Amino acid sequence: MNATRQNPLPEERLQRARRQAEVVGALARVLPSQAILSRHEDTAPYECDGLTAYRESPLVVVLPETEVQLVALLEICHALGVPIVARGAGTGLSGGALPHRFGVSLSLAKFNKILKIDALAATATVQCGVRNLAISEAAAPYGLYYAPDPSSQIACTIGGNVAENSGGVHCLKYGLTLHNVLRVRGYTAAGEAVEFGSEALDVPGLDLLAVVVGSEGMLAVMTEITVKLTPKPQLARCIMASFSDVESAGAAVADVIARGIIPAGLELMDKAMTAVAENYVHAGYDLAAAAILLCESDGTPEEVDEEIARMTAVLEQSGASRVEVSRDEAQRLKFWSGRKNAFAASGGISPDYMCMDSTIPRKRLAEMLRSIETMAQRYALRCVNVFHAGDGNLHPLILFDANDPEELRRCELFGADILETSVRLGGTVTGEHGVGVEKLNSMCVQFSPAERESFFGVKRAFDPQGSLNPGKVIPTLQRCAEYGKMHVHRGMLPFAELPRF
Amino acid sequence: MAASRRATLDIRGGGTKAFYGEAPSGEPLDLMRLAGISSYEPSELVVTARAGTPLAELEAAIAARGQCLPCEPPRFAPGGTIGGMVAAGLSGPARASMGSLRDFVMGVSLLNGRGELLCFGGQVMKNVAGYDVSRLLAGSWGVLGVICEVSLKVVPVARATATLCFDWDESQALRQLYGWAAQALPLRASCWHQGQLRLRLEGAESAVRAAHRKLGGTVLAPEVAAPWWDSVRDQQHEFFRLGDADLASGECLWRLSVPAVTPELDLPGRRLIEWGGAQRWWRSAAPASQLRLAAAGAGGHATLVRAADKSPGAFSRPSEALMQIHRRLKQSFDPERIFNPGRLYADL
Repeated sequence: MNATRQNPLPEERLQRARRQAEVVGALARVLPSQAILSRHEDTAPYECDGLTAYRESPLVVVLPETEVQLVALLEICHALGVPIVARGAGTGLSGGALPHRFGVSLSLAKFNKILKIDALAATATVQCGVRNLAISEAAAPYGLYYAPDPSSQIACTIGGNVAENSGGVHCLKYGLTLHNVLRVRGYTAAGEAVEFGSEALDVPGLDLLAVVVGSEGMLAVMTEITVKLTPKPQLARCIMASFSDVESAGAAVADVIARGIIPAGLELMDKAMTAVAENYVHAGYDLAAAAILLCESDGTPEEVDEEIARMTAVLEQSGASRVEVSRDEAQRLKFWSGRKNAFAASGGISPDYMCMDSTIPRKRLAEMLRSIETMAQRYALRCVNVFHAGDGNLHPLILFDANDPEELRRCELFGADILETSVRLGGTVTGEHGVGVEKLNSMCVQFSPAERESFFGVKRAFDPQGSLNPGKVIPTLQRCAEYGKMHVHRGMLPFAELPRF
Repeated sequence: MAASRRATLDIRGGGTKAFYGEAPSGEPLDLMRLAGISSYEPSELVVTARAGTPLAELEAAIAARGQCLPCEPPRFAPGGTIGGMVAAGLSGPARASMGSLRDFVMGVSLLNGRGELLCFGGQVMKNVAGYDVSRLLAGSWGVLGVICEVSLKVVPVARATATLCFDWDESQALRQLYGWAAQALPLRASCWHQGQLRLRLEGAESAVRAAHRKLGGTVLAPEVAAPWWDSVRDQQHEFFRLGDADLASGECLWRLSVPAVTPELDLPGRRLIEWGGAQRWWRSAAPASQLRLAAAGAGGHATLVRAADKSPGAFSRPSEALMQIHRRLKQSFDPERIFNPGRLYADL
């Protein structure tokens, strides 16, 4: 995390002021004055997203209300060569919506209408600024809901979810955003209308929707999204299982899956996290356990009974020291309360925390936890762990004090170490939060120069001028070269063939 | 090497899908020897295999551990490979409930037109590092490069299954299917043909039992049902078998992909309906324009699957804005147009 912003030189400031006047002047011809923000006090709220350590002043913020306005402003920015940074609710955790100093931050907050809930087809068509949870609320009268549930679902928008391919605790069973989006309508950087996917189950030609989902605002500006709705399960019950060591907890996760069970949620908290969470929500967690698993089943009452019995048997065979099944909905929510408030609880015990997001193969969970323990000692920082264990998606929270530059430095090294260890274990640097600006360096570790060049090729295919969210997601060769001076590529030591003891 | 000679290559596996899409052209690039399952971890729900691995071999290996490819990719004939399966991106009867082949692709190694071997995605399901190129390759018909190795998500085989039959006409079958789509039913696959709707239920034993009680219908014996669903999946069912005489008479096999809730389409010919109404097969001699117009009017598209003459184009064309993106992607991955030129569209 390199959050330093150097003071711009006077001539740069002058150049920026001139550019701002030019862009504001051009935009004022197509947008009402209240839809253009350029004074510093007005643009300040847009300086960052959920990754608050990175901040930048946008040149201009625009808040169009109609697609006509949107097209007009895209055409103007295209003609002037102004970068566009689209944003939804600004809850992203990787700096994907970090403004560009010479760019327009495009807030899509006013595209917030639910256009259609089609109960027969089990689909919802909504504008991009509609909140994730609002879709489920609108679908509830039909017994339907939108399954992907990132923890920010009260605030985050569906457009942001599509941009990040968001997950959540239920994606093990119900899939990621990608698996629940049918169609995305939007515009290219040049203002040309495009539609990816369809309400039919496939489209002719290449499946461009697959790359648009998770493209972090780099390929197109989306305005309208059709999602698949899922019938609401009649019942959900949750098992809370304690383990006296992380190895058996990790093995239990693999055992559940290997027995052919796909739980609706399968989450792990380590001992440190459990203590922090218990202190925050008083859910009655087992403080003596080295790790706690939350394992959920949903469906019809008969299905849930059958599955809970099978899960309980597996967890007990795998060495759980304590197994408790939620009696009712209130207790189920209580089991989840600590997990759902893990980030908030961590914020309460440390001035700052950095949330990592890598994914590893499930079977390496225990090994990873042990590595993180060792790293915590090496970097002399505390780390609490919550995992989407069923998917192998880790959220270690490194606790630190951002006001102490030395702690921040150690925290950054700790984080990079976790990501590189994840890649070495066969995983990836980001499971659901995206690359944004935060993990640009880690992309150098995970991908070869030719692979990164292919990503640039995909970018150019959609956005030849490179106007949409420039500088995010794919690191340049130069950046990787600089990073490479300090780090080893893909976990490979130089002269890897030499024996080392 | 091909790049320096400016040759064009026809990427080939088992050749079971050579009939599908536009005609292959160029020197054959045989991938049958790039074969074998590289890793399989049942507890990770992932299998990785090289392109030339026979699909039958992979399906047998995962079935031995109680797992399956839930999108049920059509095999058409024995001998098909994993590479061909991913390049074609086709899904079978369970598509509407379980997702498409693309949904189960986790990672791909690709040889691009510059001879570079590239890895996208990986062996973990949650992975948002970089653009999701591995899933773009599903259904790319080899136009972006040679798929060399693939990691696929597998899922446990359901514990119980039952096939129910209902003697309903097309409109009643469609109406019932729409009504069920929004209900929590273990409905895995559906197929309507000649006055009978067949439903395949799959899931927990209690769920299948409860759904059977709720839906009614007559049960098809399991030893009859399993091969029958296979015959639909692999297009061995009588409906799909167009002989030379049928083709010579101008009859074609069309695949219409439309929103499931599309009402009955008024088109000449025989039909078979899958995917809860979203996939409609037609045996028809009607002009291509008529079928394409009907599909587009419903918000979908039409593929000319089997025909004596594919001059109307095997696939519908996307909008010009999207075609331009297609061309730039081709330019980026395969600038010399070495791989499978014209297999998807003449100008790609």
